[in-house]
Amino acid sequence: MDTITIQFLNGLVFSMLLFVMAAGLSLMFGQMNVINLAHGSYYMLGGYVGLTMVREFESFWIALILAPVMVGTLGIIIEYFFLRRLYGAHRHLDQVLCTYGIALIAADLIRWTWGPYVVAVPPPPQLQGQVPFLGIQFPLYRLSLIAFGIIIATLLWIFIERTRIGMIVRAGVSDARMVSALGINIHFVFAGVFALSTALAALAGVIGAPIHSLYPGLDFEILIMTLAVVVVGGLGTLKGAFLGSILIGMADTFGKAFMPEFALFFIFAVMAIVLLLRPSGLLGLQGR
Amino acid sequence: MIANYLHDIRFWLASHHQAVLSAAVIVAIVYPFAVTTYILSLGIEVLIFAIFAMSLDLLLGYTGLPSFGHAAFFGLGAYILAYFSSHSELALGLTDNLLITLPIVILGTALVAVMLGFLALRTSGIYFLMITLAFAQMLFSIAIRWSSVTGGSDGLTGIPRPTLGIGQWKYSFDDRPSFYYLVLMIFLILWWMLRRIVRSPFGLALRGIRVNEQRMRALGYNTFRYKFAAFVLAGVIAGLAGMLLAQFFWHAVPQNLFWSMSGQALIMVIVGGAGTLTGPVIGAALIRLLPNLASTYTQRSETFMGVVLILFVLFAPGGIIGVLRGRR
Repeated sequence: MDTITIQFLNGLVFSMLLFVMAAGLSLMFGQMNVINLAHGSYYMLGGYVGLTMVREFESFWIALILAPVMVGTLGIIIEYFFLRRLYGAHRHLDQVLCTYGIALIAADLIRWTWGPYVVAVPPPPQLQGQVPFLGIQFPLYRLSLIAFGIIIATLLWIFIERTRIGMIVRAGVSDARMVSALGINIHFVFAGVFALSTALAALAGVIGAPIHSLYPGLDFEILIMTLAVVVVGGLGTLKGAFLGSILIGMADTFGKAFMPEFALFFIFAVMAIVLLLRPSGLLGLQGR
Repeated sequence: MIANYLHDIRFWLASHHQAVLSAAVIVAIVYPFAVTTYILSLGIEVLIFAIFAMSLDLLLGYTGLPSFGHAAFFGLGAYILAYFSSHSELALGLTDNLLITLPIVILGTALVAVMLGFLALRTSGIYFLMITLAFAQMLFSIAIRWSSVTGGSDGLTGIPRPTLGIGQWKYSFDDRPSFYYLVLMIFLILWWMLRRIVRSPFGLALRGIRVNEQRMRALGYNTFRYKFAAFVLAGVIAGLAGMLLAQFFWHAVPQNLFWSMSGQALIMVIVGGAGTLTGPVIGAALIRLLPNLASTYTQRSETFMGVVLILFVLFAPGGIIGVLRGRR
């Protein structure tokens, strides 16, 4: 029983990380029809930049704020110089390839800068140690991560569903050209969503680093998981990203715990079943 | 200035098309006599990757199916062959006779392609890309983790070079030049076959699907069947390339299944020119040979590949062939 509780909580922790990743990827797709293969690179970059900040300022909290801001700024630059040239109905593949190129460069430069080793990142001192929870001892940092994920999800939901800017973003998901025709600078909105999405990925990287450590190849591992999430949950909606994160996070954690040889097989099985029943994901936008 | 040169090259190529092709074939035939063993090995590698890239182009350039998991079949071909012919104690080690291993690899990859195709082709575009990628990564993780069958991260070693035997008569492709000719022969057969296919009514239907699938459906084509056939065919050809690679290096490794292998094939197709058969061959040659030209390149090869890919996507989406033909 205790093992199941522990695995369930671990699954939730991973689900929350995945949600922060998938929310950005999903929003970006809904908004600009861009699928970003460099999304895992922003995660890894966020983790490493966060690591450097922790070493420089000796404060996890500064890293938590500054790393996403820096990576988000980088996102704006990338959007402006590369992806902006590739928007359009028939250029999906070009966008994918361009972001793949960016992912390759990022992986190489990150390895160049921070070295090819596994780096363990300590959780912030305030959140170290174990606490009793549901009859077991569970690391405090992981518990706070679950809470943090729920807070981020709620904030995002309020932002998208309840604010004026969120309304414009949602309108852009339905029909970007119409929004543009109503006098809203859609390029500005695109850049904003892109920055938000990359910053979220970097944020996930910072908070995920104490759990998974940092190592080359992490970018693609997390990207595959995030893609699985958006395939299962459906692209373009926050609810879909949340549901997909829970399903994939749990499938991965329980798969790894009970059948380590076929952990990824579980995830693929979940994807396959969902695709058979609903080709555009459980809660995805239809007709894309 | 450069535009003038390009124009001249285009004109010359257009008027000497057959001659260039014949010259290439002649060079390929006398190649083993003219070069060192190291350069010969490079030639074998380029031909194998050219087969792999051509098969991907059938999906990507002709049918418009963006597969990011084509290495699944490449690696699968390698592992199926390894399992049947490797002398390692994990494998069966039955035979190295091509007349038996070739049909096994074809059937095995076709079976998996049928299963995956049935699933993946229910989706299109980005979803297709993601499901193929996920499937390939799943095979990769199985290859790494299920070490009692796959040999784990070391892979399966002890694969012999193939032989060709009927009854008592037996020919071995053990030495490098004869293996080169085997690869060249398979490459030429597949190239010729693909050329026939893409120019046939079937191939034209595939191109139609790439340009406008709905219109093809309205014209009465069962587009799913066409895409399905293309998917299985591409999977089998990639499997053959993987089989040859395993025989050439005497081993099958998980790296053959990894996403970076799929990505490399994609880069070959894009850089050479999608939607042509010559393009992927040129792309395969460039991507496999460039690391040998500059030592600084090998250190930062991923950055270099990334930059090349982005430059081609932004400025020459038609690849090298597109530039030569004067189309963007």
